[in-house]
Amino acid sequence: MAIEAHYVVRYDDFVLDAAFTAPSRGITAIFGPSGCGKTSLLRAIAGLERGSRGEFSIDGVVWQDATTFLAPHKRPLGYVFQEPSLFPHLSVRANLLYGYKRTPTASQRVSFDQAVELLRVAPLFGRYPSGLSGGERQRVAIARALLTSPRLLLMDEALAALDAQSKAEILPFLERLHGELEVPMLYVSHATDEVARLADHLLLLDGGKVRASGPVAEMVTRLDLPLAHSRDAEAIVSAKITGHDETYDLSHLEFAGGRFLVPRVGLALGQPVRLRVQARDVSLTRERQSGTSILNSFPAIVDDVAEESPSQVLVRLTLSGVPILSRITRLSAATLELEPGRELFVQVKSVAVLA
Amino acid sequence: MLNAADLSALSITLKLALLTTLILILIGTPLAWWLARTRVRFKPVIEAVVALPLILPPTVLGFYLLIALGPRGPIGRLMEALGGRPLAFTFAGLVIGSVSYSLPFVVQPLQGAFTAVGRRPLEVAATLGASPMDRFLTIAVPLARPGFLTAAVLGFAHTVGEFGVVLMIGGNIPGKTQVLSIAIYDHVETLEYAHAHTLAGGLLLLSFLLLLAVYTLNRRFRMV
Repeated sequence: MAIEAHYVVRYDDFVLDAAFTAPSRGITAIFGPSGCGKTSLLRAIAGLERGSRGEFSIDGVVWQDATTFLAPHKRPLGYVFQEPSLFPHLSVRANLLYGYKRTPTASQRVSFDQAVELLRVAPLFGRYPSGLSGGERQRVAIARALLTSPRLLLMDEALAALDAQSKAEILPFLERLHGELEVPMLYVSHATDEVARLADHLLLLDGGKVRASGPVAEMVTRLDLPLAHSRDAEAIVSAKITGHDETYDLSHLEFAGGRFLVPRVGLALGQPVRLRVQARDVSLTRERQSGTSILNSFPAIVDDVAEESPSQVLVRLTLSGVPILSRITRLSAATLELEPGRELFVQVKSVAVLA
Repeated sequence: MLNAADLSALSITLKLALLTTLILILIGTPLAWWLARTRVRFKPVIEAVVALPLILPPTVLGFYLLIALGPRGPIGRLMEALGGRPLAFTFAGLVIGSVSYSLPFVVQPLQGAFTAVGRRPLEVAATLGASPMDRFLTIAVPLARPGFLTAAVLGFAHTVGEFGVVLMIGGNIPGKTQVLSIAIYDHVETLEYAHAHTLAGGLLLLSFLLLLAVYTLNRRFRMV
């Protein structure tokens, strides 16, 4: 089952012409520079963009095509806007109930208590939006959107206007949302850390067109796409906690290509985690090294090499199918005689664990 | 202090102002809503027509209304064809005159208030499942509340204060179409200054109190 969309919206100085297919489960991040049409695409999906032409269907249910145009209020979606969008004349409770009351009982799948608990907004009930912090407002806005029991949740840079602290406060809620509710999400963002933490699938927009789309681990390591060439280029690796080393206080994180040892993380056995491995923390050796302080070393196969500057190259490798990036000097690449298909070893200096 | 004629002028004035305000809110709201949101090219034309009474001498408006409402005017003839009487020199005629004359005082604050609400809250309401009418009533109107208050008070006060239009189409018939402002004029003409003072002072006070109420309440709305 999938989301299938193709939109054409013409503006005075810009044309959005975006076609994509995305899985109708999990979080699909829509990523791209500002002005690339991310917000326009989301608005078109919500039916808010007048003069948009196109098709949209989710799991076979058509919202828009050549003959159909479902009015925005008839589309079963939740929309969280970038800037605060709570109704100033209504209390937090009345804001939450606004969409809930208008959702037919038969299609209510998210209960009032469930959303309130998930985003911990009960203590705010009697307050008015003007008295809330930015983070609190967005939490209420997310809960309000969820209470319409949407078939699709649209998040337009929902965290972009927040300071780092409020952002850190909301991200765990979004992760819980991801884990506990089966509501697919289209998540517009230009922050790589949010994408790395949340997204399963990535849609890359550029100049109003879809540049590429695919699973997030694949997309961030593709050398033909800009993400891999950012300063903080990284690979995202799905792993699971399989054990703890009591003697040295380490955790074992198993992934398809082997097992990482990292300083102990306070998570339960069996818990799935995401690892961020930065390209600059990965070095390459021809033989497996012994007598090194680096714990994490894996056999890998060179998949692709791209020159980034006269002195640097970016190497994409696969570890039993898991893509990973390494940024090394051109000299090293020449010495190692790097070319697609070459087998060698990667050494990973550090890993960030995202719960 | 006030004789019977003054009292009837007062009651006609209040009745006229209340009725006019009510009608203006009823027709001004959809008009202002439409003006605040439409993108049609002839919008400035409508806005100019609505604003005309602001700058037109009341006698000009009154003159055309008199002709239109009179027995040989288009509206007068229509009334007669329908079995009614021409509206000139009647209370109904006064209401029509007042509604035309005070229109911008109601439409402009409402249009400003609706514009200030913006599209975003209505889009949000749409994504929460509210139909267009639903979001107009539950979002646009409550958020434009200060505009409604200003519109109602300005419409009312302006109707109380009108003179030229009423004189032209009402004809100053005591007990029927004579309103306060004209009663004051009559008193001055006949050198009854004491009477004129009472009525004029009363109107001054009423107008001040109304405006004071608007500004006080609007400040409180903004603070909520």
